[in-house]
Amino acid sequence: MADVVLKNVHKSFGRTAVIHGVDLHVRDGEFVVFVGPSGCGKSTLLRLIAGLEDITAGDLLIDGQRVNDLAPARRGIAMVFQSYALYPHMNVYDNMAFGLELAKSSKAEIDRKVREAARLLQIEQLLDRKPRQLSGGQRQRVAIGRAIVREPKVFLFDEPLSNLDAALRVQTRIEIAKLHNDMRATMIYVTHDQVEAMTLADRIVVLNGGRIEQVGTPLDLYHRPANLFVAGFIGSPQMNFVPCQVAGLGPGEVLVSLPGGGTLAVPVQPDGVTTGEPVTLGIRPDHVRIRSEGALGGRVELVEELGENHLLHVDAGQGRLTIREPGDARHEVGSTVRFDLTREFCHLFRRSGEALPSRTGAASPAPSSPNLSSSAA
Amino acid sequence: MTSAVAQGNVSVPQQARGRRSSLTRSRIRSAWAFIAPSLIILALIAGWPLARTIWFSFTDANLNNLSDYEFIGFENYLANYDGEWLGLLTDPDWWHSVWNTVWFTLVSVSIETVLGIIVALILNAAFPGRGLMRAIILIPWAIPTIVSAKMWNWMLHDQFGVINDLLLRLGLIAAPMTWTANADTALWAAVMVDVWKHTSFMALLILAALQMLPQDIYEAAKVDGVSPIRVFFRITLPLIKPALLVAVIFRSLDALRVFDLIYVLTSNARDTASMSIYARQQLVDFQEVGLGSAASTLIFLIIAIIVVITLAAGRVRLGEDPR
Ligand SMILES: Nc1ncnc2c1ncn2[C@@H]1O[C@H](COP(=O)(O)OP(=O)(O)O)[C@@H](O)[C@H]1O
Ligand SMILES: [Mg+2]
Repeated sequence: MADVVLKNVHKSFGRTAVIHGVDLHVRDGEFVVFVGPSGCGKSTLLRLIAGLEDITAGDLLIDGQRVNDLAPARRGIAMVFQSYALYPHMNVYDNMAFGLELAKSSKAEIDRKVREAARLLQIEQLLDRKPRQLSGGQRQRVAIGRAIVREPKVFLFDEPLSNLDAALRVQTRIEIAKLHNDMRATMIYVTHDQVEAMTLADRIVVLNGGRIEQVGTPLDLYHRPANLFVAGFIGSPQMNFVPCQVAGLGPGEVLVSLPGGGTLAVPVQPDGVTTGEPVTLGIRPDHVRIRSEGALGGRVELVEELGENHLLHVDAGQGRLTIREPGDARHEVGSTVRFDLTREFCHLFRRSGEALPSRTGAASPAPSSPNLSSSAA
Repeated sequence: MTSAVAQGNVSVPQQARGRRSSLTRSRIRSAWAFIAPSLIILALIAGWPLARTIWFSFTDANLNNLSDYEFIGFENYLANYDGEWLGLLTDPDWWHSVWNTVWFTLVSVSIETVLGIIVALILNAAFPGRGLMRAIILIPWAIPTIVSAKMWNWMLHDQFGVINDLLLRLGLIAAPMTWTANADTALWAAVMVDVWKHTSFMALLILAALQMLPQDIYEAAKVDGVSPIRVFFRITLPLIKPALLVAVIFRSLDALRVFDLIYVLTSNARDTASMSIYARQQLVDFQEVGLGSAASTLIFLIIAIIVVITLAAGRVRLGEDPR
């Protein structure tokens, strides 16, 4: 068990710079998830930590020791690959035992470790099988088992669930969370799926274009995104963005004029914005309230029924808005709806994309789950 | 080999017989239609000459007059005239040529396999100019054997050869060696030329297998801290084994039929004759079509037996996926 520290880490492949200076401190026993769009450098960053790629500049410390120049095997890490990377000609037992055979462990010791990991992952009955005789989920367990037997200080996962079907993904996700609870090992986990990130992480690192956009707990990122990118990336369906203008400033309040007419007082710190400055207002689909006397209106373009709730895609004149409401839809395509934006849940972003700090600066604005509570007002 | 593959295509599980759907039937019919041309061509160019050779081996046919011969049973192989055993199986020259051929095959194919693996591993690593290297190593293979044999014959010449000159200058030998005329060194010279010519072929077949291997398992091994040597013997070698076996069989088939290389290099010497050289001598020089055919038939049998043994030893079916 160890902490992992990245200090201004850069990585270039030839002339292509991929990682542009990453600073990060992963604490001992923490579950940190790297999330970001495809190609943003998540895998590269993980492979730098693993030692599968050379660090171009910067320092990497594991357990206080600078490991830039250490071979992967000597960094005390274990990695689970997206493609499982099982040895195709070895059975499950040998796949797990192979890496131990050179660590000067005795046969009995190896056997004990392999069987214990197999029991933990419930793959005891598969030990004699070859990888090709296993389902995707079973292969993934073997890959995790192979990591466990090495008793690493740090576990590295590169999109371990992305080759599994939806149901299995949820199940395996829960098991990985349980594994972390049981082992309390430091885990760094890469995914492009923000639901995985939200559910698994102690802290999420949002990456974009080789840079860290924000680091924080899942709810931190959800309630207080630092910028437009994070606001758009975290949360599903995506946060609505409405272009508007600053109409006035108050103490701990910014008055904005909405494109459809009318103004809204958003409770955020003005932090130097000036009247007339264009800003982007962000609001999640759950926080747009349909009501007949609503200040804003639009035409329903598309209805998506999800069972426990439904999504209305509304053309509000200046762009589209998504609204999430509980239960079955009560509006048809083509009908007009009126709605309000719940101002406590509004975010404001400068033209540079940076968020204006929320007024309290402390806890989230009223505890509200992304799953909707119709009582929110 | 071709016909074995063909049978695989059209075999039907036993329980499905009798209840075959019309779709299955039409598929089987079109499968046969597709392989029929190759079966016919194979029968014409391989089956017919083979059958004729086997037939001639049981006759006293002579090259002077091929239409006039008699069936004489196994007399070309083994016959007893007045208490004296005669025939191919009693000819020490034949057995010597068998030994020469088998020795030549074992030694040259072993060396080619080891060198081929090494060259393939090198070419599989990423380095600048790799594509050019791959083309260059194929050059010896692309030169016709007769040409390279003649070429090496000159280089190994006892008086004018560059090799003797080089070794003399380096002080490694005291006097010029008669490499190709001396029975002790002639077969080694043949092995060397064969290795020079065929290692690249071996290397390319192995390289193709190496490039099919998944890369992620090598990263997993790296994380596990497995040494490169162990990675080779425990991961790479088992995974390329089927392809390696195919390459070894191809090369062995070739080497067991060796003719032109040894014929040219050692000027048709008796001591270094291979099985094919022996058969040609009976057929052409001595005009004994019957005896030559018997030798050819035995060559066919020996090669078949060796291939079967090799396949069994590898316990791998051709085309099986180790994964
Ligand atoms: N070996 C490599 N050589 C050159 N470019 C690479 C290499 N590996 C990754 N890249 C580039 O680095 C960027 C980040 O890749 P990656 O870390 O795999 O992204 P992801 O976040 O999807 O895992 C991509 O633009 C990719 O093309
Ligand atoms: Mg990736």
